[in-house]
Amino acid sequence: MDFNLSDDRRMLKESLSRFLQDRYGFETRNEIAGSEQGFSRELWTQMAELGLIGAMLPEEVGGFGGEGFDVMTVMEELGRAIVVEPVLPTAVLGAGVLADAGSNSQKALLEKVISGELLLAFAHGEPQSRYSLSDITCQAEKTDDNWVLDGQKAVVLNGDTADKIIVSARTSGTDDEEDGLTLFLIDADARGVSRRGYATVDGGRAAEITLEDVAVGVDAVIGEPGKAFPVIEEAIGRGILAVCAEALGAMDVAKDMTLEFLQTRKQFGVPLGKFQVLQHRMVEMCLEIEQARSATILAAGRMKEDRATRETALSAAKNLVGRSARLVAEESIQMHGGIGMTWEYALPHFAKRLTMIDHLFGDADHHLERFAALSQAS
Amino acid sequence: MDMNFTPEEIAFRDEVRGFLKDKLPEALAAKVKGGKRLLKADYELWHKRLNERGWLAWHWPVEQGGTGWTPIEKHIFEEECVAAGAPRVVPFGLNMLGPVLIKFGSDEQRAHYLPRILNGDDWWCQGYSEPGSGSDLASLKTKAVRDGDHYVVNGQKTWTTLGHFADWIFCLVRTDSDCKPQQGISFLLIDMKTPGITVRPIVTLDGEHEVNEVFFEDVRVPIGNLVGEENKGWTYAKYLLTYERTGIAGVAFAKSGLAHLKQVAAKQMKGRKPLAQDPLFASRVAQVEIDLMAMETFNLRTVSAAQHGGVPGVESSMLKIKGTEIRQEITDLLRRALGPYAAPFVPEGLDEGYNEPPIGPDYANPVASQYFNMRKVSIYGGSNEIQKNIVAKMMLGL
Repeated sequence: MDFNLSDDRRMLKESLSRFLQDRYGFETRNEIAGSEQGFSRELWTQMAELGLIGAMLPEEVGGFGGEGFDVMTVMEELGRAIVVEPVLPTAVLGAGVLADAGSNSQKALLEKVISGELLLAFAHGEPQSRYSLSDITCQAEKTDDNWVLDGQKAVVLNGDTADKIIVSARTSGTDDEEDGLTLFLIDADARGVSRRGYATVDGGRAAEITLEDVAVGVDAVIGEPGKAFPVIEEAIGRGILAVCAEALGAMDVAKDMTLEFLQTRKQFGVPLGKFQVLQHRMVEMCLEIEQARSATILAAGRMKEDRATRETALSAAKNLVGRSARLVAEESIQMHGGIGMTWEYALPHFAKRLTMIDHLFGDADHHLERFAALSQAS
Repeated sequence: MDMNFTPEEIAFRDEVRGFLKDKLPEALAAKVKGGKRLLKADYELWHKRLNERGWLAWHWPVEQGGTGWTPIEKHIFEEECVAAGAPRVVPFGLNMLGPVLIKFGSDEQRAHYLPRILNGDDWWCQGYSEPGSGSDLASLKTKAVRDGDHYVVNGQKTWTTLGHFADWIFCLVRTDSDCKPQQGISFLLIDMKTPGITVRPIVTLDGEHEVNEVFFEDVRVPIGNLVGEENKGWTYAKYLLTYERTGIAGVAFAKSGLAHLKQVAAKQMKGRKPLAQDPLFASRVAQVEIDLMAMETFNLRTVSAAQHGGVPGVESSMLKIKGTEIRQEITDLLRRALGPYAAPFVPEGLDEGYNEPPIGPDYANPVASQYFNMRKVSIYGGSNEIQKNIVAKMMLGL
């Protein structure tokens, strides 16, 4: 048993941390987040050169990692700088699906993803599906030599700037059946694809995507038609791990900023940290962060286990991170007082990202219910 | 990152399991798991079995008769013992006084007391808390005054766990009042048979007698019974408290409590269906299970850091807080799972040899009492509020 990072991961963490400290200060980050594209192509390319995308993919497809702890190492550092570049949709979700289930020619695209040239999005959720992974009404119908897609996809991360989009559609079965789902890789500028992009409250971008008679070849199918559910679940599982780790980084920074504030801000002639009521609240925050970290480590370590073991740990982590991230976000704003309410101060932007992570891939309630169902089934 | 036990550790675990299967009497395990009252003889039997195997003194070095176990081996052993329903090892002599004597005692004291602790010749209890000194332990007032080659002790100790069984008590006493409170405290070993000592039971809110008050009236203690130097007792006491706090997360207890809770929830009915299938109750159980899973990993991270040479610091305090919250939550859910059958109070039903049919389900009797008893865990060993003060000071510099 050893909870220390391997040398390779430690070096990756350190180089990423140095890069973000030098190039990704809070003001730069806010400028990028407010820009039209919502991220910096230049920094994205530099991140790719650092090996950030490759670290999250296995060697078979040209990466040099791809294990749970690789994803955790990278995402935690990104969380410390609340990076808005589309790492999650491109490197974790999109590239993850292709590496997992793609054909040889689809996998060949990963070279360009790893080098930062190709951006991906994973268009799965729909307006009605909330956090269900199987409630899919987007239809794909087989014609003689094509598939034709029709439907709507909701809050697709990086949906408006991705070059290629992975779309889930129903090819058989009823609206919330796990069986009968198929994944397609489509060009973002294919005929019949319309995208309405928008900013999100935590600094990224997303899009509503409408598919109207979008015709794609049979080579667009990822994996076996009708059998995409396990691929989708595993992709979302990696996404859960990624945002849990990202939250750990962001929580650490929010905690450190709050601690420094308590040590320096004086009221009634003494630093705020002298008040026991605030001391105890800080300790509760630290304790919940340690719990969240522990649950995330457990999930990262179980990514290669059987489905029940893996998904139970992922739901546990997402529930715990959802609760602790909310606590840290709300408490750090409260302990900062008025300054915590201002746009120009960094802390509230960390709080916003922490809060919105709960809205990705299922919130604390969703995963509590799922955990209970999984543990009852086992 | 490697979250698995080594093959050697797994072999050790299997060895422990084999030992428990052979040496832990089934009737005793059933008593422990059923929340029945244990006799002095039950504790003594288990103490003896462990000593025969050389597995009693985990915190002692091998040359003193200890196991020499690594932090992970200690963790495995504790986990397996609790899972099998072994009685707890009474910690006062073994895990508290033993390490203090080994580090600060004289050669004579070590040679005399340590083998007697292992053999179970002396039952020790702890004389720390006083009526006026709870969380503020250093304010203690029990006085020891030198008189020739004796100390004369006057005062009162309280919350003395299993003091009614004890042959000896180790006490913090005040030997100097003209200095900072911490600097005038000494560590004395006192024979409970000495004239002037009175033990009175304290019945706790669950109706049980586990703790006591101990009164000292002109009790004469030979100066040879002083551990270390006079007025240095606070240092020794703090050292001892670090041992009291290890394992206080109680992961293994929480896990067996949760398993019991799930069994009960599967049997209790609500709306003609098992309570375990009630969405609200199931989510409460799921919530505490998630917290426990995370804490188990948190605990393993701490154990593993110790294995690699780290010294657990504030992590013990954090684990104490979280661990006690979780154990309290589990007993709370158990109590609620019973519905109206939490109410009957039949303490005689917890005794060996009680043959009347149970009132309600056979698992119901101890549940409410255990819930009330479990309120103690966030109070003892340094209350959870004190632990938060420690973390705020040590980790956060507040």
